[in-house]
Amino acid sequence: MKYLSEYRDPELVEDFLREIHRITTKPWTLMEICGGQTHSLVKNGILEMLPKKINMVHGPGCPVCVTSVSVIDEAVHLAFRPKTILCSFGDMLRVPGSSKSLLEAKAEGADVRILYSPLEAVQLAKDNPDKQVVFFAVGFETTAPANALSVIQAHHLQLKNYSILASHVLVPPAMEAILGDHENRIDAFLAAGHVCTIMGMEEYYPIAEKYQCPIVVTGFEPVDLLQGILMAVQQLEAGTYKLENQYSRSVQRAGNRMAMETIHEVFSISDRAWRGLGNIPQSGYEVNDRYKNFNARLKFNLNLRAAEENKDCISGQIMKGLKKPRQCPNFGTRCVPEHPLGAPMVSSEGACAAYYHYSNASVNEPIEG
Amino acid sequence: MPQPEKIALQCPMPKFDFDMITMGHGSGGLLTHRLLQSGVFDILKNDLLDQQHDGASFHLNGNVAFSTDSYVISPVFFPGGNIGDLAVNGTVNDLAMCGAQAQYLSLAFIIEEGLLMEEFWRILVSIKEAATRANVKIVTGDTKVVEKGKGDKIFVNTSGIGFIHENASIHHRNITSGDKIIVSGNIATHGMAIMSVRQGLEFESDIKTDSTNLNHTVMKLLDEFGYGIKFLRDPTRGGVASVLNEIAELTQLGYHLDQKLIPVDERVDSACEMLGLDPLYVANEGIFMAVVSAAVAGQFVEALRNDPNGSNASVIGQVSELQPGKVTMRSRIGGTCIVSYLTGEQLPRIC
Amino acid sequence: MCLAIPGKIIEIINQLDDTFRDGKVSFGGINKQVNLRMVPEANVGDYVLVHVGVAISVVDEEEAQKVFSYLKEMGEVDELKS
Repeated sequence: MKYLSEYRDPELVEDFLREIHRITTKPWTLMEICGGQTHSLVKNGILEMLPKKINMVHGPGCPVCVTSVSVIDEAVHLAFRPKTILCSFGDMLRVPGSSKSLLEAKAEGADVRILYSPLEAVQLAKDNPDKQVVFFAVGFETTAPANALSVIQAHHLQLKNYSILASHVLVPPAMEAILGDHENRIDAFLAAGHVCTIMGMEEYYPIAEKYQCPIVVTGFEPVDLLQGILMAVQQLEAGTYKLENQYSRSVQRAGNRMAMETIHEVFSISDRAWRGLGNIPQSGYEVNDRYKNFNARLKFNLNLRAAEENKDCISGQIMKGLKKPRQCPNFGTRCVPEHPLGAPMVSSEGACAAYYHYSNASVNEPIEG
Repeated sequence: MPQPEKIALQCPMPKFDFDMITMGHGSGGLLTHRLLQSGVFDILKNDLLDQQHDGASFHLNGNVAFSTDSYVISPVFFPGGNIGDLAVNGTVNDLAMCGAQAQYLSLAFIIEEGLLMEEFWRILVSIKEAATRANVKIVTGDTKVVEKGKGDKIFVNTSGIGFIHENASIHHRNITSGDKIIVSGNIATHGMAIMSVRQGLEFESDIKTDSTNLNHTVMKLLDEFGYGIKFLRDPTRGGVASVLNEIAELTQLGYHLDQKLIPVDERVDSACEMLGLDPLYVANEGIFMAVVSAAVAGQFVEALRNDPNGSNASVIGQVSELQPGKVTMRSRIGGTCIVSYLTGEQLPRIC
Repeated sequence: MCLAIPGKIIEIINQLDDTFRDGKVSFGGINKQVNLRMVPEANVGDYVLVHVGVAISVVDEEEAQKVFSYLKEMGEVDELKS
């Protein structure tokens, strides 16, 4: 596929790896923000090909993983409502709530449907006027324009039976939370290429400056990831802390203006509880007043008790890059994809699941010092 | 024995004085009789079925394999096929994977009332075509009807009996280090054909199911390679990865794949990319996986490529003593990863 | 983040109103209807990155090529410095 296969060229991969090996003289800890980047690194076996001095840790870039248990409970509650169709992206179905996941709710008779796009949920609402259609609107900034657009389309069509259960999370506050943590050991970040496609790069300049941390906006294919890692290590070795753009074929400094306008038309910034990281202020999107009729929380008067996270799950430490999945005492034993203790083991983008499914035992263990 | 060409049967639907199946048709009375007599028996006719006993009687002489499978696929009609030919090919292929040439099939329907006669007829015609291609007789069967909402249009069960080829010695205990892992054609085609019409995920494409009978192909290979063929399996639900994980666990050997050797149709690959699915876990219906001795692997692939069902056959990896019980893959870019067991159904992802 | 893959716009389906401006996008032989509101500058023949049924950017061909010459150019710069 054009603009995909070329970035998987084995010779180019080898060239980048050789250069990374050549210039790396000290141990560095790098974090890639996005679950899709984690998936690509592990599945392609890139981690073991990097110099041992480079420690890759996996950030909270899986919107599925950071969706709090309470929100899953809200979705499950709505799914069981009579004459209601709960629509969701596939990734969300297996994430455990306090008592069950959406998949289990489906098995018990709830009308839960997997959709590729929120715009299909609008069509479903149009085709089923006698039912309420709720779309489980999860994601980082990348998915927000599509979710917002679904509300705008429903509004244009004057649909009274469409709403979204919003659980959006924003990257820059998460990065600040990680970098601001006194246990932080991240030296450089690979920022999320598709988030920045939407939001641009402006928000990241102050972060790089404040924490003196190089940030490279990076894509997802092996060549992208290696070029991003190279650019980050070049900076670390030189002692600079700039914001750079590896993924320039998609990311522009100003971002996608139309997409941002679409987001701000429907959403306003709100506080958000992140599974594993706790409450981070101003780190999420909620449906604003103008479109309150499309906010499932208001429409259905959702007021569920805040749920407790499983105390045995160390997802917070994993997502901050303080521990690797294999260092969790429950990894692979009490916590496996079939019965996960927390979300990073359920979603295939979660660090724990990625390691469980794809990683060879000889993976990079954390380097001290 | 040469494979019969696909028969385009001129099988017009007989005139029924009902256009859909109701509870009455499963009750065993007059309506059932009419349905079977002016429909099912006619189209499937053969000397054993025509006797219309409760069961078929015949003599068996030799080593026999027996297999059963139920088909609940939705939608019932999909690009390139339907539940009918799937049900015939599926059991014929299961027998072939045991090294057996299918002889007789049973055929059972559980029909949800309201199924249109037109649709039932299309399924019957497909069953007839598939049985003729596979050279197998349907000798006994059953029809039940359930209330609306208690089924999913139609469920089918087929069970089959076949004679085991004299050269066949197919069992995972025969697999040894050094054996080669081969697939007979492009992977993930059937699963993506279904996905293309699945509500909520649909996309426009030419992808058609690869469902076909593999028995003649397999019998020819057994003729030529006999004991060199250690293991056969058709990677249906769960895909190639699931079969390999199963035998890795049973044999406690390591199964090592090379991503660049795995054949996938370009459109199927694109569809997988779009939905975030891994082709190794997607269902297949018209291919099989073989583990063969290294000595015959090259000729085995060549023989397959000369067969209409094997034109994309390829060695995709090999067995070794390294990493026993695990399936690994060398990625296109030269790194290695584990190919693990699928946890439940593979779900399309957004991230 | 999130899965977005590049496809070629082969047809623009309707332009009644940009909320519903759709395109038929081809991904290596399979086609999907994609919303084009976020890429008003995109035309038939352009490649767009598509995430959950919505195009989020037009692939910049010139920038796309730079990745392949990065190392070579770095090498030339190093030579100049030394």
